[in-house]
Amino acid sequence: MNDVALTLDGVGKHYKFFDLDDVRLELPHGHIMGFIGPNGAGKSTTIRILMGLVHQDRGEVTVLGHRMPDQQAAAKWDIGFASEDMRLYDAASLDWHMRFIRSIFPSWDQPYAQLLLKRFDLKPEQHIKGLSHGQRTKAALLLVLARRPRLLILDEPTTGLDPVARHEILRELTDVMSDDRRSILFSSHNTQDVEQISDQITFIDRGRIIDSRDKESFMDRWRRIRVELPSGVQLPALSGVIDIKQSGRLAVATTNAFDGVLPRAYEAAGVRVQAVETMTLEEIFVENVQHSREGAHA
Amino acid sequence: MLSTKGIVLSQADGRPMYLQIMEQIRQRIAVGDWPGGQPLPSIRQLAIDLGISVITIKRAYFELEREGVIVTQHGKGSVVADGADVGARIHEQDFAKHLEQVVRIGALLGLTPKEIQARLREALERLTAAAKERT
Repeated sequence: MNDVALTLDGVGKHYKFFDLDDVRLELPHGHIMGFIGPNGAGKSTTIRILMGLVHQDRGEVTVLGHRMPDQQAAAKWDIGFASEDMRLYDAASLDWHMRFIRSIFPSWDQPYAQLLLKRFDLKPEQHIKGLSHGQRTKAALLLVLARRPRLLILDEPTTGLDPVARHEILRELTDVMSDDRRSILFSSHNTQDVEQISDQITFIDRGRIIDSRDKESFMDRWRRIRVELPSGVQLPALSGVIDIKQSGRLAVATTNAFDGVLPRAYEAAGVRVQAVETMTLEEIFVENVQHSREGAHA
Repeated sequence: MLSTKGIVLSQADGRPMYLQIMEQIRQRIAVGDWPGGQPLPSIRQLAIDLGISVITIKRAYFELEREGVIVTQHGKGSVVADGADVGARIHEQDFAKHLEQVVRIGALLGLTPKEIQARLREALERLTAAAKERT
């Protein structure tokens, strides 16, 4: 049990216009999980349930060995949480916030906080009121990171940041992994970020987990196969192919269950395979959502 | 300590990150910057150095091990495979891969095996002639 940072088992939550349905997730220690899905898919609701901010209607939630929401007070000592709507005190300085957090959390690492100030290019004496959106995001992350919590739960940590700041944040997040007892779950719309630093990818759409597995297997299941059809040859329907775009004798087949057999099956049917291409997470994201929506309407 | 400074991943390169890492490690070994027997950075260390996920480095090391380019001892980490021929073997694998590609594209163009052979010979003659002219 101790090698797992968090588990959700059969978790559901009903709202008037939205249902989170039977969410199952597990994040082992020492891993970074990227949590992706379109707007309104249920990412923030899931994260809020993990933090005990929203209570699930059914299902079990365990975070760092604590049952949520009942034991959230104990769990939160070791969780660092940052979300977009996090509010800092406008009238106080960043330094004031740092001293405040330091007075509460004995795990606060002051030399690391100083280092982060430099890396994030923040001035401690500046008041929150005068900070830009990106600077506020960085300040909030600094306050969380310098506590060195065992679990980081970050809702859209890189949204609204310039490329340099984003790069710095990603560096800090991978740096956290030098300690293999620490873990990160973060949601993001930036598929490039998720592809770069995640060990696990979880894909959610309309309140349901579509896919959750280690990143390498996740990416490996998706391929685009470009084929040429000699005259008189029809493209056979093969299982695992979820989309076909064809014009004349050229076609592109997309699969989410790739194995070496698929191109050979095409060739056995007389189809010429021109190329088998890997896909970026961005392309997989779009195909995945379109596919799951078509399935729902069929 | 082997330096990982020059390992730079490209976002514009369409290949998955683990393949890019494999190629850059292979190059370092092929040119002799990473000599046989030397310990590689730990998986976690390289992940931190490059700012990418641990699982991607794990996969790159796993595939390099399968190719015989590195050797992983359980609990001890990985070392560059020993033996003078590692660099040569990497070049050999590279060569074989490109040859296969030549044949495949030739077939796609509808060339017969004879025609592919002839084209290879021509390319070889052209390159040798060009080399002679320079000297």
